[in-house]
This record gives sequence, C-alpha cells and structure tokens, in this order.
Amino acid sequence: MLTKRIIACLDVRDGQVVKGVQFQELRHAGDPGELARRYNVEGIDEVVILDITATIEKRQAMARTIGAVAREIFLPLTVGGGIRSEEDADAAVEAGADKVSLNTAALKNPSLITTLAKRYGSQAVIVAIDAKRRDDHFAVFVRSGTSDADRNAVEWARQAEAYGAGEILLTSMDRDGTRAGFDNEMTAAVSDAVNIPVIASGGAGTFDHFTEVFTTGHADAALAASIFHYAESSVTDLKRHLRQHGIPVRL
Amino acid sequence: MIALVDYGAGNLTSVRKALTTLGAEFETPREPAECRKAAALIVPGVGNFAATALLEGPWRDAIAAAVGDGTPLLGICVGMQWLFEGSDEAPGVRGLGVLPGQIQRLHGDAERRLKIPHVGWNALDFRKPARLLAGLDSGAQVYFTHSFAAPVTSACAAATTHANTFASAVEDGNVFGVQFHPEKSSDAGLQILRNFLTIVTGSQDPTLRKGEDA
Repeated sequence: MLTKRIIACLDVRDGQVVKGVQFQELRHAGDPGELARRYNVEGIDEVVILDITATIEKRQAMARTIGAVAREIFLPLTVGGGIRSEEDADAAVEAGADKVSLNTAALKNPSLITTLAKRYGSQAVIVAIDAKRRDDHFAVFVRSGTSDADRNAVEWARQAEAYGAGEILLTSMDRDGTRAGFDNEMTAAVSDAVNIPVIASGGAGTFDHFTEVFTTGHADAALAASIFHYAESSVTDLKRHLRQHGIPVRL
Repeated sequence: MIALVDYGAGNLTSVRKALTTLGAEFETPREPAECRKAAALIVPGVGNFAATALLEGPWRDAIAAAVGDGTPLLGICVGMQWLFEGSDEAPGVRGLGVLPGQIQRLHGDAERRLKIPHVGWNALDFRKPARLLAGLDSGAQVYFTHSFAAPVTSACAAATTHANTFASAVEDGNVFGVQFHPEKSSDAGLQILRNFLTIVTGSQDPTLRKGEDA
C-alpha cells in the first residue's frame, strides 16, 4: 500500500534556512545540509528546498545549497523558488534536484509546465499553489504571496494537471506558520478535483493536524517546516503517531 | 568498469551520486562498442518509454550482445521497463526483449483515492529468492514514481500493489531491474545498488561467486 508522505521543507534565504509566519517575519532556523541530514536519519520521505525570496530578488535557484542538501540524502529532492525558465530548471536538476516546483512562472507561462514535463517527465514537475480563503473560494497568490493572481485554486490545479504537472503543492497562506492546522477543506477540494497527488502545506502544529489532513483533507503528502526545524518534534515520533491512528507510513 | 548508459532521457545526477557513494567505478560510454567491454551495464531512465527509442540501433545491439555474453544488466524505472518487449506507453518502440511481457498502464481507483502516477513509498512483496534483494526483508519500502509497470511473471523478484499488482523488481540470470528508484530510496535503495555491485564483482571473479554476497 502506498504510504502517506511526510515532507520537510527548507525555506532558504542566502544559503540559510529561515521560517516566517504567513510569509512574513523570517527567522533563522539552521544550515540546510545539517537539517537535511537529521531529517534523513529520522525517516523523512522527501525534502523540498524553497528559495522563498528568489522571485522577489530575481535570483536563480541556488546550486550550492542544492548540492549541500543532495550530498546528505538519498531521497527525492524538490527545488522551487525562482524557476522561471527551462534553463533555471536545468540548473536545479544539474545541481541535484529530482523535481522542480513552479509557482509564479507556471501561472504566467503555463506552457513551461508542458515543456518541463516533456523534458524530465511529469513526475519531475510540481506546480506550487499559494492560496487564501476568500468568500466562497480559494484565491491564488503569486510572487511569494504578494500578488493576487485572480484565479481559483481548484480550477488552477485542474489546469496545471492538464498542462502536465505531476503533483500539486498546495499551501494555505492563512495557515502558514500559524501551527493552527492544515486547511483541510481547501486541501480536500483540490485533491478531489485532480488525479495527481496533492501535497498539503501550511499550518502544521501538532501530530493530529497530520492525521486530519490525511483523512478529512484527502492529502497524499504533507509538508511542514517549523514543526521539525527546531527539533521540537521528530519525524519518527510523528510517523509512529500516524501509524497508531491507522495512517500508512514508512517507518 | 560499469557502463552507465546515458541516452539523454532524464537526470542521472542522483544515480551517479549513489554509485560514487558506494565506491563503484563507472563511466558513461560514448560508443556502443564500449558496452561490450564493460563489467556491467546500468540503464537508468525517467519519463516516457518513447525516450528509449534513442537506444534503438547500435546501442540496443551492443547491450543485447553484452547481456548475451553474461554481463550483468540493471535497468532502473523506464530502464527496467525497456528490458521487456514493449510498452503500451509507446506502441511503436520496441524494448530490449530479454524478458517476456508488455509494460502496461497502472490503474487508479477513484473510490479508494489511488491516483496515477503512483508516487511515493510502497512496499516490496518478495516473490522469490533474489540476489538483488539480499539483506532486505519482504515489506521493505522504496520510492516509486511512474504510471506504467511490468506484469508479474517468472522474472518477478518482488511485486508491489497500488490499485493493481505489478513487478517492482525482476531478476533472471544476469538481467536485473527495479521499477522504483534505488538512488532515492534511502538505506534500502543503497542496499540494492550495493547488492548489484556485489553481483558484478562476483561475475568477474569466479572464486567470489559463492558465499559472501549476502
């Protein structure tokens, strides 16, 4: 049986892992290579590196950081942030990324999804969607959450799949860094609308939040950052908890 | 020297990194003839079966001849699928055909929320004793990402179940294949690659053939 994946996210700025609340107030959380090594030992299923300021500061994905993390782990490694062209994706893959995550660029130029899916296979192309609740729908934001894309998250996820995306990484901006729990309703809405796996992100605070996102949220994977970074909770303990609650995990 | 066949499909960075970590000596052959001299062959691959069309012709002939001579061959993901006769994903493209059978699309199951592609960690259900799986227990978890898969035949060393059951590892004489990505499957994956290197060493030196490879 396919297990539910636990993914550690390293939000990187200037080569260091940082973490913010609702995309603001960044604070330092450690060295990417060291964190990746610890997560690997604890049984993390995948690692995502997001260059959270790349889009704003117009920087390319950071080959050195990718290399430092790739050296520590034999796990799927995704890189996102600032991937706007085939060349950016090539550079990330060359540095050791197995998958690239597209966000702003995918909305601006959806054919990039198709181009990269043809080049590397759909499994290597994740479309990241940052969304906020608004009235009766979930509104998509781009440019690190600073700009309203005037799109509905459910519709956009469906289109991204049609363009060739292999997975959706769905982040609740309302919940990001709050530890108030994942937005299960939004996750289920997107997960039910597409046939590709959906990774839920934003809001993980307790082990039960993960149980909920895998049950009522219909998530295929859950991504978290702060709950793991400060060594408050180990991945191993989380997975034991999930198994006790009937969620299949790799232990 | 192991020949890591690069036919331009997908990313070999993580396979190279894993082989380097395990101390393997390998290189990417530039000419098909180099496959004939290699101690072993690894055919990796991600993406679409159609990409293997680039192997058609001299590469295919050289690899087939090497396998015929007893050279160990490991196919990974699409590289494993290529060991079979063909794939429903690319009907015009023939496989190496060293294993009988046709690669077929995996089924999803909307009711049970089983999606395609099959992405993530799933268990190996051992089907027969296999040198490739030495040191692992049935039930070991490895990382998959694919939409097509091989049928369970007599070559099947381990099977995996999503909505349907497929061959996740094959072993037949000097022909080996894994549908999952050992280079991304943490310790279990490294153990499988290590086993292949042990098999390669054993195939070169007859005095090492028995015993110590577990």
